[in-house]
Parts: sequence; C-alpha cells; structure tokens
Amino acid sequence: MTENKNTKVSAENLSLWYGPFQALKDIHICIKEKEITALIGPSGCGKSTFLRTLNRMNDLIPSVKTEGSLLIDNQDVNSPDIDVVALRKKVGMVFQSPNPFPMSIFDNVAYGPKIHGIRNKDELSHIVIKSLKKAALWDEVKGQLNKSALSLSGGQQQRLCIARVLAVEPEILLMDEPTSALDPISTLRIEELLQELKNQFTIVIVTHNMQQAARVSHVTGFFLTGELIEYDLTENIFTKPRNKKTEDYITGRFG
Amino acid sequence: MNRLNYQNTLDELKREILKMGSLVKEQIELTVSALAAQDLELAQKVIDRDDLVDALELKIEEQCLKLIATQQPMAKDLRTIAAGIKIIIDLERIGDNAVDIAKTTLRIGHEPLMKPLIDIPRMTVITEDMLKDALQAYVNEDVELAESLAEKDHEVDRLHGQVIRDVLTYMFENPKNITQGTHLMFISRYLERIADHVTNLGENIIYMVTAERKDLNT
Repeated sequence: MTENKNTKVSAENLSLWYGPFQALKDIHICIKEKEITALIGPSGCGKSTFLRTLNRMNDLIPSVKTEGSLLIDNQDVNSPDIDVVALRKKVGMVFQSPNPFPMSIFDNVAYGPKIHGIRNKDELSHIVIKSLKKAALWDEVKGQLNKSALSLSGGQQQRLCIARVLAVEPEILLMDEPTSALDPISTLRIEELLQELKNQFTIVIVTHNMQQAARVSHVTGFFLTGELIEYDLTENIFTKPRNKKTEDYITGRFG
Repeated sequence: MNRLNYQNTLDELKREILKMGSLVKEQIELTVSALAAQDLELAQKVIDRDDLVDALELKIEEQCLKLIATQQPMAKDLRTIAAGIKIIIDLERIGDNAVDIAKTTLRIGHEPLMKPLIDIPRMTVITEDMLKDALQAYVNEDVELAESLAEKDHEVDRLHGQVIRDVLTYMFENPKNITQGTHLMFISRYLERIADHVTNLGENIIYMVTAERKDLNT
C-alpha cells in the first residue's frame, strides 16, 4: 500500500446500529493522510454511514449506537473528552446537493471563521479570498462577492461549499457523492480540484460513479451490507479485485 | 443478473474471436497441404482467403472499441476486451504467415523438392496442435493448457534449427539447391513465427483469466 504516508484515520471493530438495525459490521480500515480514498458500494451498504462516523454527524440521528474504535490522529473520536465542534472543524463535509446558505458569496465563506471567533474584517477577507482561490472559484466570482450564493450555477455552488469547508482550515475532507447532482463538465472540474487539494488534505469520497472512483482515488474501499468487503489500491480494485463480490459489483452484475 | 445485453455482447465478442481463430487454423491446414502436394491452385486459394481474415480482424476490433466506449468495462471484462484486441492482432499475423508459406509454395512448386520434407511437416503438426490448444484454452479459460504452449514452442524452435542445418548441408553440397533451399528455410521460419504468435495467444489468455503477465516464449 502507501508505505510512506502516516495513518490519519483508523477504525477497528467499528460497528454501528440505527436502533436494532446494524448498519456497520466490524469495520477495520486504515486511511492514510493526504490521499484520496474512495468508498463505493450499492445503496444502503453503509458507506455514507461510515463517512459520517468520522465527524460524528451520526450523533444527530436518534437511537444511534456505536461500538469499537475510531481514531483520528490516534485520538478516539468517540471519547467523551472530544470537543465535537472542534472535530467538525477539523473534519469538514461536502454533501451531494450543493447547500449554500441564503446569503452572499462572501458571507457563506466567512460564516465558519466568524462562528469560530474571527471578527477582524481584513482577516475575514483574507480567509474568504484564500478559500475561494483554493476551491478554484475565485476567478469566476471576484468582484461579485456580495452577490447571492443562490444565483450561482450548480457547479459553482458546490465549489462554494468546498470553499466554505476550506475556510475553517480542516485536515480531512469528507465528500458524500459531491458531483452526482452536477453536469459532466462541472464534475470534471471538481475532480481536478480534488487532485490539487489532496496535497494538503486527507480526502474521503463516497461515490456511485465507478469511473470517478477510478479516476480520482489512490485507494478504494468496497462496502456491502455494512461490511468492508475489500480495501486496496484503486488500480487493483478495478483491474483485478480479489473478492468475487467486488468483481460482480464493479462489473455491474449486481447493485 | 444485471446487464444481460452487455453480457450477450461480451459472449458475442468471444464467439467472433473463435471464428477468426478457426478461420486462421484452416488457413494453416490448407497452406501446409498445398506445400506438401505442391498444389499451386490451393496455395493461391490461401492467398485469396486472407482478405476474410483481415476483414474479421477489423470487425472484431470495432466491436471491442464500441464495448469500451459504451459499457465502461472493469476488471475481468476489461481484461477480456484488452486481451481480445491483442489476440486478433496475433491471429491476423498468423494468417499472414500462412499466406507467406503459400506464396513460397508458388515459387518452388514448379520443381521437384530437393529432399523429402520431414521436419517441416513435423513442425506443422505441432503448430496446428498449438493453435487448436490455444483456442480451446480461450474458450475454457484454461490457464494450464495455455501454459503448456511454451513447451511445444520449444520443440518447434528445435525443429527449425534442424531444418536450417539440413538445408544448409544440401546447399553446400550443390549450389543448384540454393534457391529452393532458401525458400524452404523461409517456410520453416514462417512456421516458427506462427508458433511464437500462438504463445502470444497463450500469454493473453493467461492475462485475461488471472491478470498475470507470463512470458511463454523464453
């Protein structure tokens, strides 16, 4: 695997229940830093549930129970000592449908830093510009930062959501099907953006698009009915998977 | 099972490749018969039929490209199609070598042979057997059978060496034998090349089934 990089996230015997239903079964996974890891699998397989364990978004769902260990930078994410707000700053999330706030482009990106206590206008401006540049949106919106975010196109809105996440200086980016609501060109632009971002951030992306997983990721995990069936270098998963279930899924024989 | 249509298209691809393999095998049988019997008409028939082989190669290549463009094949499907493209190239070259033998037959078919053909027919039997095994290995995805082609190829190489030595002896003994001798050496070389191409088929079959890259022509 990727020998030289440190482990950023590691799960051991991780299980999760929604009430009586077990959504994750004994997950063992080791995600390396500054790489793109793709999670694939049919609907309901647990990949998004797993993603949400990384920033404890599942806490928002009633009757969720977790067992096992999940470490980020060797710290137990579920420990009672963890500041969940700080966790969600460190581990940012981008969702399938772009969800800009109903405010200006500037205010969208500045929102997070403001909440975390930054009040200085110059500092906020600097952060907003830097984040929009990192999200490859700056050239399209400079000079119009007061425009409503809702007036942007789908692809632009999604890049704005990425800028919003980057503004609070995360270390890990979680992306839950970030391009499935976008047109092919916007999709490819965001994929290119991910290639730049991976040099700075650890990225975990859930995707239904097999070709996207093959294009962008270094490592891929295949989930099925709550289990991690196979986890390997992307080039191996897509050319010579070891498990027949993986082969059947990626060749479209089921799913 | 999902993608029934896609599976049917993949099966159809394999059938077409087998069809091309059978056609090429027939070409070898005919060209060798033509040589043994010094049958000039049959040799010409082999030359003319090569158009069918070439046309089939183009047809199958287009099928492969269409599959790649429209179905986004992964894993074994992708290897099957990639191997398929390489297999038809080797089959087409085998077809060309059969034509080369036929053309040589036309050149030397007017005169009696300087010596009875012994090793060349042995080479043709082994080479035909190899192609038959390769096609069988392809259909049954039989890696062991594909691997066994390596040994048969060594035997063909050995016989080729023997042909060269024998023919050179005849050529040294009598310069009048030089022209025919040269052509006989070419024929032996074409058969040796056919065997090499069949080992390539074996390598592609192994890759298709296991994703392993093996060299059968060491």
